[in-house]
Formats: sequence, C-alpha cells, structure tokens
Amino acid sequence: MTADTSIPSIPDNPRTLAEKVWADHLVSKGEGGQPDLIYIDLHIMHEVTSPQAFDGLRAEGRPVRRPDLTIATEDHNTPTIDIDKPIADVTSRTQIDTLRRNAEEFGIRLHSLGDAEQGIVHVVGPQLGLTVPGSTVVCGDSHTSTHGAFGSMAFGIGTSEVEHVLATQTLPLKAFKTMAISVEGELRPGVTAKDIILAVIAKIGTGGGQGYVLEFRGSAIRSLSMEGRMTICNMSIEAGARAGMVAPDETTFAYVKGRAHAPKGEEWDRAVEYWKTLPTDEGAVFDAEVFIDANDLEPFVTWGTNPGQGVPLSEAVPDPESFEDESARSAARRAIEYMDLTPGTPMKDVAVDTVFMGSCTNSRIEDLRAFASVIAGQTKAEGVRVMVVPGSAKVRLQAEAEGIDKIVTDFGGEWRFAGCSMCLGMNPDQLAPGERSASTSNRNFEGRQGKGGRTHLVSPLVAGATAVRGTLSSPSDLEPENEPALSGAEA
Amino acid sequence: MEAFTTHTGIAAPLKRSNVDTDQIIPAVFLKRVTKTGFDDALFYSWRQDEDFVLNQPAFQGASVLVAGNDFGTGSSREHAVWALRDFGFKVVLSPKFADIFRGNSGKQGLVAGVISEETKEELWRRIDANPGARVTVSLEDRTVTLGDFTAGFEIDDYTRWRLLEGLDDIGLTLREADDIERFEARRESWRPRTLPVQ
Ligand code: SF4
Repeated sequence: MTADTSIPSIPDNPRTLAEKVWADHLVSKGEGGQPDLIYIDLHIMHEVTSPQAFDGLRAEGRPVRRPDLTIATEDHNTPTIDIDKPIADVTSRTQIDTLRRNAEEFGIRLHSLGDAEQGIVHVVGPQLGLTVPGSTVVCGDSHTSTHGAFGSMAFGIGTSEVEHVLATQTLPLKAFKTMAISVEGELRPGVTAKDIILAVIAKIGTGGGQGYVLEFRGSAIRSLSMEGRMTICNMSIEAGARAGMVAPDETTFAYVKGRAHAPKGEEWDRAVEYWKTLPTDEGAVFDAEVFIDANDLEPFVTWGTNPGQGVPLSEAVPDPESFEDESARSAARRAIEYMDLTPGTPMKDVAVDTVFMGSCTNSRIEDLRAFASVIAGQTKAEGVRVMVVPGSAKVRLQAEAEGIDKIVTDFGGEWRFAGCSMCLGMNPDQLAPGERSASTSNRNFEGRQGKGGRTHLVSPLVAGATAVRGTLSSPSDLEPENEPALSGAEA
Repeated sequence: MEAFTTHTGIAAPLKRSNVDTDQIIPAVFLKRVTKTGFDDALFYSWRQDEDFVLNQPAFQGASVLVAGNDFGTGSSREHAVWALRDFGFKVVLSPKFADIFRGNSGKQGLVAGVISEETKEELWRRIDANPGARVTVSLEDRTVTLGDFTAGFEIDDYTRWRLLEGLDDIGLTLREADDIERFEARRESWRPRTLPVQ
C-alpha cells in the first residue's frame, strides 16, 4: 500500500457521494487486489459485540488508538422496566458489567442504563451530533447503516473488525459498487419512509443490494425529515447492502446544528462548506439504478420471515406457487407455514397479539408523534398488548414533555424505558411462542422477537391503527369521525 | 490464525436459502462474553427437530456446509462464524453470501467459497445419493471435489492469501502506522470527538 496524500477538492471526473466520502478517508490505497485502508471517524459500541474485541486487545497488549472517536452505550440486553434494579438475567448482567469494566479500563465514554444519554446505539450517535455528513461510522451492529442518512458512510462490522478499529482506527476495505435508488413523486397521506424502504426491499430482494452502497435520491427522499431518512438507511442492510446514504442538504444541516458535539462557530462554517461539496456530481455514473414511483406507494407490511416478503397492506397473503423461481417458492412455503397464514387471506384480516412501537428503525421523537397521533382519543383493541419503547432516554424525556406518554398510557399501552427491547429476543421483552406482532422494527426473521414469535413489519402509523383495530390496519381504516390529523406523515 | 490449504471432510447439505444469522445463532446466545464454546448454539431452533440434517447420523462430524442462496444475511454477529467453527465447520459453500458474514468468515479462518448454482445442485444430488460422502476443498486451487466431480469456487485473492498464510489483520495494518499518523495529521479539526478536547 502507498500513501495517498491528495484529496482533490475539484474532481476531474464526476463522482458519487459514496466515492467522495471514500476518497476523503483513504489512509493508503491497496495495490494489486489488496483492500484500501480507510480511516474511521466514529466508532460506536454496545455490550454484545465488544467483549471479545477488548479481550483481543488485552491479549496483545494493545491500547485503544482513539478513545476520543469511540463511544459506548448499553441497549441490546437491557430491560425497559425496573431499570433501577439489578438486571435479573445473570448472563445479561455479566455482559453489561463486562462493558462497564472494559470502558473504564480503556478510557471509553459509556452511557449506562439510567444515564440521560443512554439509548440504542443508532439513536444516540445522531442525537449527540457525533454523526455528521461526510464521515465514516462503524459499529458492531448491522443497522449502523442508519447513520448514512446524514451523507456519511456507515456500516456494521463483526467483532474482529471492532477490535481492528479499536487498535488502529482504520479498516481494510474493498471499494463497494454504487446503486442509485431514485424515489420520485409525492407520498400520499399515511405513507411513510418505512413503506418506501419495505417496498424497495420487496422489489430488489434481501440480496439485491449485496456489494452495493445504496444512495437514496429523488424528490420523495428530499422531502423526508432526518428521522424518515434514518428509517430508510437503517433498513438498507435488509436489502443486503453494505450501506445506505442520502446526500446532505439543508434538512441535514438544520438537524445537526447546535447538537452537543456538532462543530461550532467558524468550524461549523468550514464543515458546512465541505458538506455542500458532497452530493453526487451531475453526470456521475452508478453501477446500478432502481426507480420507485412514490405516488403509487401504499402502506406496506410483511407477511413472511424476511423483510423482502412484503406486500401493500391492501393486498392478501400471496400464494407461494405464484413465485417464479423454485427457491422463492420454497422460501414462501416455509415462511407461510411458520407465520401460520393462509394464502389469499387479506392482510387486513390478520389479527395480532402485540404491537411493538420501537427499535432503531422507528423510535425517534417523530416516530412516537406519528404513532401517538393515530391512537390519541381512540380505544385500544381488546387483548392486544401495546409496547412503546423510545429509542433513547432523551427521546423519552422529550416525548413526556409533549404528553405522548400520557396518550400511550391512557390508550392502555405500556410506556417503557429506552433500549432495543422487543426488536430482538435478547432482553426480557419477547413474544411467547405462537404470538403475533405488528412491529415497527426491522427484522421479521423466525424467532427474532422471541422463540416461535411471528412478526409483521409495519410503519408507526400502521402500528397505531393496528393497536386500535387489533388487525393489521392503516389510519384510513379507522372510523371516519375519529380519523386523526396526521401530524407525522413523514415519520 | 491457522493457515488453511486443503481440507477433506464430510459435506452436509443445508437446503434452505436466506439463512440469516438469527437462524445460525439466536440472539439469546450472544450474551456470552467468550469467543469459543458456541457449538451448542449453532442452528439452535432447527436442531430441536431430529430430522434436521445435522442431527442425522450420516452427517455427524460434518465439516463442509453446502448451503442455499443468500447465506448469512441479517445481523453482523460474528458469533455466527464462531458457532460454525466451534461445531467443526471449516468451509461453507453457497452461491451467494451476505457481505458481513463473508468478511467475518475470512477473519476467523472459515472458508466461505462461492459456488455456481449448478455446482450446488450437483453437490446436493451427490450427497443425497451418498450421505456422509467426503469432499476435498483446496484453497490453493479454489476447487471442491466429491468423488469424480470437481468444480471451482470463488474467493477473493486477498482473503485467500490471508487464509493461506494465516495472517492477522491488525498486525498487517499496524505495518501502515506511519500512513495512519499522516492521515490523522491532515484530518479536519471540525470533525466531532466523543470526549472533550484536551
Ligand atoms: S433496535 Fe434492534 S436492530 Fe436496532 S440496534 Fe437494537 S437490536 Fe439492533
């Protein structure tokens, strides 16, 4: 590898956003089939994928190279009630204690349960102003792609890579291919960022983005809030993509400005000047392109056991035999059996036991507002359990200041402390075998929310309407006289 | 990391596509803080079914997994690779792997070889005809051989080289320490830090 010290400010050739961020983080260029060495601006950690990485450092006597570019939070294992009591599950507690010890030993800032900045890794980074445009962000968690909403290159890594970043603040990486996903048009009321990304994954498949960095573009993306863009980038991993990105614009700058760690004063001006150079140049060529008509989109839900197995809510459970290739047919057969569904059943007739409103896909303030706008003044469907879990302690406090907690509890829902919660069956919040949920999270894999649990992925608006009706529903299915004003149509 | 050149062992067919890492190892097993001892967790739910391929007598001691498309999708958990490794697998062959899984495999000495659809079908057919058959995987030649059938598989040059030499990534990168320092010297001052600047 040889050092590359030139960072061209005016490109000779038109380049994509991803190519620019890559070039500006090149420590050395790989020769003869070797990967490039890429500098990492921000490394976020949590309790699950880090213990073995710290052990590796200790075994080799290596320090953490840049504790000042590293931050940790507790989220996956943590309970969302009784957080002042010791964690009941011994193995969970051991993992949390291990992170606390490691953070102290290696000088890493940690936000523990009960701390005002604690929360899900991908909610905390943007909230603190640590996630900014044009940076490289990694975390031992596949949904690190979330941070790409700011026009950064953000991706999940395995534990060996966590150790590598701790030791060197770099990663050896092969250049990715680029795919433009253009979403043009105007979303109808009730159609959200979540529906866009579920439709994209249903279109290109769970492997469709493999090897690519996706750049989401087009008028429908530009009109989304940062929360909506984060929802979309969050789930780009579910299309198999290495990362998802949205070019930074005024919406991005307004979101970042004034946050605790965002650049200030003159530094802010310099940063913005640079960020404005990042959007893909006119004439830049992507390796692949996909078009989605936003005007046509409807609320989307999944029927199967991977996020690509989805349909518009107005449609029915598909017939496995209707799929073209044999592997899709057999996957659909298995999924429908696991999900205990009958082909041809309208999705709107599917009754759920639980509504889970949370996860790094949809647990920011705007998501909670959207959900609350649907359930406010309504009555919860009988027998349905409704769990609302803010993405961070800060989001929780803000929601409480806005009275959202009250709307949830008046409705009969549970208002919880921040964490990953029912997104994955690792903490006490789980589905029982055979239980069915409408969930605003990102994965409907077999057993993801608890062994034998069945998951339908939905938007916060669909989650709200489903909590009211007890079957998968959109706000437009609610009684006309009660139909809510949609305050968070973009959430 | 141990160097890998050639391996011969029993091949087990996993006739499913889209095997995500939640299936390879459910989240509840990720609470452990060790890096070994995950063999009991591999395909945990599926192994509750006595007909599951890895429970069948013919495939006891299998060390080569021949899987369907899109193997290792979903969560980035490296535990998926540790579980396969601890169970005794040295090689996974599939027409398509998820990126993060493939990267994690290379770091742990597990060969993730990309085979064609036809090779997958032919291997499955031959294993069905002769359960417990042994295959030979040569990383040097990038081939898999079962009886008189030999086919190529793909693995990128860099990963292959590291596996053949048994090289450790961090050690390799630290050879570039001067480049990293030079990069840090020119890195913009506006970039956020997690700790207050001293
Ligand atoms: S909320 Fe779910 S997807 Fe997000 S970091 Fe937590 S476990 Fe992973």
